[in-house]
Amino acid sequence: MLPKVVVGYLLLLTLGARGSIGQYLDAWFGIKLIFTTAGATVAAAVVSFPLTVNAIRLSLEAVDQGLETAARTLGASRLDVFLSITLPLMLPGILSGALMAIASALGEFGATITFVSNVEGQTRTIPLAIYSATHMPDGDAMAARLVVVSVVLALASLLLASLVDRRIRAMMGR
Amino acid sequence: MIEIDIALTRPDGFSLQANFVAPDAGVTALFGRSGAGKTTIIQAVAGVVRPDRGRIIVDGETYFDAARGIDLKIEERRVGYVFQDARLFPHMSVERNLRYGESRSRAPEKRIGFASVVDLLGISHLLARRPHTLSGGERQRVAIGRALLSQPRLLLMDEPLAALDEARKQEILPYLERLRDEMALPIFYVSHSVDEVLRLSDIVVALRDGRQVAYGSVTEVMARPEVLPIIGRFDAGSLLDCVVERHDEVYALSTIAFAGGHLRVPRVDLAVGARLRARVRSRDVALALARPDDTSVSNLLPATITDVRLQEGPYAEIALDLGGSALSAMITRESVERLGLAHGMTVWAMIKGVAVDSRSPDFSAARKPSPQLAPLPGPEKALP
Repeated sequence: MLPKVVVGYLLLLTLGARGSIGQYLDAWFGIKLIFTTAGATVAAAVVSFPLTVNAIRLSLEAVDQGLETAARTLGASRLDVFLSITLPLMLPGILSGALMAIASALGEFGATITFVSNVEGQTRTIPLAIYSATHMPDGDAMAARLVVVSVVLALASLLLASLVDRRIRAMMGR
Repeated sequence: MIEIDIALTRPDGFSLQANFVAPDAGVTALFGRSGAGKTTIIQAVAGVVRPDRGRIIVDGETYFDAARGIDLKIEERRVGYVFQDARLFPHMSVERNLRYGESRSRAPEKRIGFASVVDLLGISHLLARRPHTLSGGERQRVAIGRALLSQPRLLLMDEPLAALDEARKQEILPYLERLRDEMALPIFYVSHSVDEVLRLSDIVVALRDGRQVAYGSVTEVMARPEVLPIIGRFDAGSLLDCVVERHDEVYALSTIAFAGGHLRVPRVDLAVGARLRARVRSRDVALALARPDDTSVSNLLPATITDVRLQEGPYAEIALDLGGSALSAMITRESVERLGLAHGMTVWAMIKGVAVDSRSPDFSAARKPSPQLAPLPGPEKALP
């Protein structure tokens, strides 16, 4: 997997103020990504994209094609089958993919600091805040608090993911 | 009328050829061992599998015609497909499963109502349940209901009982019989079970290794020598179309009449005059040269030998004519030689009364058409 810093650098080259796309985003739409929360969001989304895609792909493959055939014999068109059968059955996978993406966004460091830097209140993720705290005199207490917060968040998202998963499995009897 | 004339070769080399016409109502059984191509035929009718050549015409509408480049989409064919594994949608309640096809039906008029289907299949107490909480038999009944409610022109059933144990099969079979008798709907029934085919079907298409080996009325096809290998020696037998003549309450016996004679059998739970189909296994028929009067066997029938087929091993199959009805007897080759049995000889066929048992599923009542529906066309008329 590509190092996150590399991803951030590539984002900087393309979406930065003078980037191949970034300059037009600014000139035509007034969208500035550098040093902004929007930019940090883009960085988190791009970094977690492979995770999300993989989760969705796996859940799509897990949908029994026999059910889709059955739906078509009952008069449903391909699009109808996708919306009424395939998508709902993929939902557990999509949800767990989304949870993974959120968790990875909360822990994002490399791509964010390279692309949108470390701006308090704008682009500073929890790991960046911990990093900053450890560089400040008397920052240890702050760092410790943030470490506790991230541990709790990680555990909570893990718990939530398994809860959602179990709920859906129970509902479908798997 | 349903015309099937298809040929296809699968990528794995399996090739299939079938050519038959099925009536507008009643059950057409596709009978054969696994791998014979039964399921492939109904998949072709449903549009799941595309034949290389030929055509499929249902009720005047061309579903598929290779020469004219017609190939209707699955959802345009209006076939109700009951899969072996039910395939209920796990994220929906039983009721939503049932309504799925109903709300998407492309039929010009809704002929089959929700309440009547729920009632016919006895599933009203299951409507709020989720599919995974149902038993195998209940699941299959819901699947049948879902297919019916899509208002199909043709019901395709792919071994709907194969995944169930014996008790569940016996639970569902009466529902299938009601379905057959109460809905004027053609049904293609895929099965490898002799019992199911005999109990449910009117027309049989027998398949072996992708080839159609016999086609015709159930009585006729199940008696053909080329179908015997599919049935197997153990289950091989003859079917006699009978009418209940009288009951003997003292001994709890019934006398049933067929073209050419009578049978004394255990008491049948049908009214005098009712039609039924009696099945006599070939290995339950013994032969004698002279009338053996001092015997416990209650059915002694004069018969003419129409064929003697010596088989591999100890067996010989004797085809008999009972004066209008065909009967087959399985005896040893040794006995054939000892008695000097040959074509044209007159013998006595002995059938034990208890060998024809009304409690066994191979002794099935023929249908009583319900008054509101047109009588089903006789199988003879459906033959080309």
